[in-house]
Amino acid sequence: MGEELHDIRLSVNGLVREVRVPARRLLSDALRHDLGLTGTHVGCEHGVCGACTVLVDGRPVRSCLMFAVSAVDCSITTVEGLTEPDGSPEGRLSAVQQAFAECHGLQCGFCTPGFLTTITAGLRDNPAPTEDEAREMIAGNLCRCTGYVNIVKSVLRASQIAEERS
Amino acid sequence: MTTKMFGEPVQRVEDQRFLRGQGHYADDLLVGQQVLQAAVLRSPHAHARIVDIDVSEVLDVEGVHLVWTYDDLTGPMAPTMGEPLPLLIPHPQLTHGRTQYALAKDEVNYVGEAIAFVVADDRYLAEDAVGRIRVTYDFLPPVVGIPAARAAEHLVHDDVPGNVAARLEQANGDARAAIAAAPHTLSLDLEVERSASTPLEGRGTVARWDPDTARLTVWTSTQTSTGVRAAVAAKLGMDLGQVEVVTPDVGGGFGVKINHPWPEELLVPLAARTLRRPVKFIEDRREHFVSAAHERGQVHHVEVGYDDDGRVLGLDVQFWHDNGAYTPYGIVLPIITSTQLLGPYKPGAYRVVFESLYTNTVMCTPYRGAGRPQGCFVMERTMDAIAAALGKDRLEVRSANFIQPDEFPYDHGLIFQDGRRLEYDSGDYPASLAKLRELIGWDEFPAFREEMAREGRRVGIGLGCYVEGTGVGPYEGAHVRIETSGKVKIATGLTTQGQGHATAFAQIAADALGVPFESVEVVTGDTRRMPYAVGTFASRAAVMSGSAIHLAALRAREKVLRIAAEALEAAEDDLEIVDGVISVKGTPGGTASIDLGTVAVLSNPLRYAFDEASKAATQFTVGDPGKPPVAEDDEPGLEGKDFYSPDRSTFANGMHAVIVETDPDTAEITILKYAVVHDCGRLINPMIVEGQILGGIAQGVGGALYERMAYDESGQLVNASFMDFLMPYVTEIPAHIDIDHLETPSPLNPLGIKGAGEAGVIPSAAVFASAISDAEGFAITAMPISPSELFGLRRTHASAEPVETKERS
Repeated sequence: MGEELHDIRLSVNGLVREVRVPARRLLSDALRHDLGLTGTHVGCEHGVCGACTVLVDGRPVRSCLMFAVSAVDCSITTVEGLTEPDGSPEGRLSAVQQAFAECHGLQCGFCTPGFLTTITAGLRDNPAPTEDEAREMIAGNLCRCTGYVNIVKSVLRASQIAEERS
Repeated sequence: MTTKMFGEPVQRVEDQRFLRGQGHYADDLLVGQQVLQAAVLRSPHAHARIVDIDVSEVLDVEGVHLVWTYDDLTGPMAPTMGEPLPLLIPHPQLTHGRTQYALAKDEVNYVGEAIAFVVADDRYLAEDAVGRIRVTYDFLPPVVGIPAARAAEHLVHDDVPGNVAARLEQANGDARAAIAAAPHTLSLDLEVERSASTPLEGRGTVARWDPDTARLTVWTSTQTSTGVRAAVAAKLGMDLGQVEVVTPDVGGGFGVKINHPWPEELLVPLAARTLRRPVKFIEDRREHFVSAAHERGQVHHVEVGYDDDGRVLGLDVQFWHDNGAYTPYGIVLPIITSTQLLGPYKPGAYRVVFESLYTNTVMCTPYRGAGRPQGCFVMERTMDAIAAALGKDRLEVRSANFIQPDEFPYDHGLIFQDGRRLEYDSGDYPASLAKLRELIGWDEFPAFREEMAREGRRVGIGLGCYVEGTGVGPYEGAHVRIETSGKVKIATGLTTQGQGHATAFAQIAADALGVPFESVEVVTGDTRRMPYAVGTFASRAAVMSGSAIHLAALRAREKVLRIAAEALEAAEDDLEIVDGVISVKGTPGGTASIDLGTVAVLSNPLRYAFDEASKAATQFTVGDPGKPPVAEDDEPGLEGKDFYSPDRSTFANGMHAVIVETDPDTAEITILKYAVVHDCGRLINPMIVEGQILGGIAQGVGGALYERMAYDESGQLVNASFMDFLMPYVTEIPAHIDIDHLETPSPLNPLGIKGAGEAGVIPSAAVFASAISDAEGFAITAMPISPSELFGLRRTHASAEPVETKERS
């Protein structure tokens, strides 16, 4: 007996995508395996590490804790949707992405997409954080490589870059 | 003039891919290509005999393609799959080495041991199927923890008496006689608990069988692609040439991914070949906790004799290493502890003996630091104990014991992990300590302590010194190919898991060849490009592959200059390469110049004019018309290949210091200041080196204050999730870490470099124990330490005299 499948439409990075999924399929799996958006990573599957964080209607959400069928009618942004159009096919890095490159805010890169989405939302709420606020902004994401020091720097630098660009 | 790249904090080239979500980690591969997914039934019991496995309900599940137990692995499809997995590093003293089977045969020895393997359309279905397998067990008493293993009332393996896998003794001089004759003696009992690498990406393996060519491609999240390749070929009964292993982007390793082959690294390729479909296994987080590997658990007893200055005259160390249920990685870990324990010091005489013990828990293989954090903890606690007993400053006691700069190379008279003599190549420990004293503010601390005390606050300062053998052999190689576009393609066989090799190695190659950094592309861990390699562990990548790339690039450069000299009718010695253009020295861009790409065209007598470089080459003439187009001692193409194989390891060193505050009421431990002096020889990319140190410190903070593997008495790991295993978030890490470098070059390799990968984590337990002891006024002897444990220690010490460090003289 096969599982019941649901035809759903997901709005991801500005495009509407159609997928057929069982009710239990996690949003993280739907994004990665059904839509091929493998930039969103799964580090723990119990909502603690934050690697799978995507923006759902602009707010950071752990995509491993949400079913794909629950994301219908939502606007989803993944790491692939963070770059900004500049006429080139790949687009330019967003302020947050650029700051990570400048500040060596990543090493293996596995947790990075979750940090990038989280900080993108964080800076939208608080465009000029203090260092303490920058630490608070990333306090729900795990990174095993960097020791966080350069990620905090990246948050502060991203704020500067966004200011310079605006 | 081309800017020298070596030593520059160049931004990482790999980041563009990672930041855009374009990395390719194991689970990102073959997406959309009908790849089947595997799941594994793992033992829920720590010690049991398997009476029966009933898989009859499994194949009824729609979408299930295959279910295997041990009995399925003994047939003709892979003649040696039924044997135990390889013991990677045998040792004569590992008298009772044991490894597990790819799928358990008759018995399970830890919670998490693989019993059955299922392949289905997706992971959800595969897990459904795993849930339908029924196993009948006969329970056996589990052996959990070092005391139970030593007591040996029960055995992990029936045929291993006393649970002792190995016993090894090494000595330099007569330590016991020296202690007996010493004016002062101390004894200490010191413990370190288990932790684990815990990369954010767990293990993962993907395999694709190509029936048309009878070849297998395996992608696996490993620290050694060549090792996995050889294992897969041997176990699946294939020629090495039929198997290629490609290491994709790896989401962290920290040691755990050097062990191989994991059961799944064999089962996935075997399933792909059997089903003629691509198959993928991606470990989930709980699986990583219970079926990958741990490290660190050791119990130590120290006897030390010293003089009035605190100089160690004799040091006698016994310790017991918990190797878990199996020993696939041999006894490398306790060997490292036993040798690297000595750190920057030169005891008058030294004896060490260890036993490596079986327990019914996850096996132990290297985790960043690999036995060194325990050794450093033991030695530094001993130094602090001597200082306390003599009433001397802790720095003074260390200084009295340092190997001096003019004593290098310094031979400890022991055998190191690589089977070579433990001989330090270079270092300047007094200079490092002077820097650390300054950086942490050691001399200002007493005033700070008083100031804090006036506010009712309790603070302590501590330090730890270590020496780290890095860049162990036997070798790494590199291949350099210059294309007709002028682009330089580098391949080295060891793997990358976040160290920025694509950047650091390109810096080395750009300098050696005289080409723009941007034109260099580095590939690591792909057996198609470099089939001979060892792997990324023991802080060896920069030393080994960095040196190999330097040497290979110089070989390519020789050929470039030979051909260019002929084309330009100039002497080789008169030529230079600047920004990828060869010209007579002092006349860059002059008429007598030639592009690297054009030289690449000239290097190959078969010249179809496919590109501009080929057309440009027509104006030059090379080769002797009286000889064959490819001379006897030459070969076509512009390539260079070389291997680097050092006599012995190169020894990096460092010293960390911390100031902590302990809450008088809650015993909460807060880090106020952290300082590092680090000497890994010449720095290729200081930004990357500092990143490695910062990451190591965070792991060290975890290991010292938070992380432990909480096994209950029945062998259940009760904190096998990120909710319960307390890996540090940013909130646990000091906001500011001061780092200073000393650059004492290694004389052993052409670039003077030493490894840096593991360093940050090595002294943490020692440093925090030192500082907390200083704050509290009693010696901390077991790590990690939690606030509740510290609170308990306070009560114990309030009602009794300190018992940890008894002065016996």
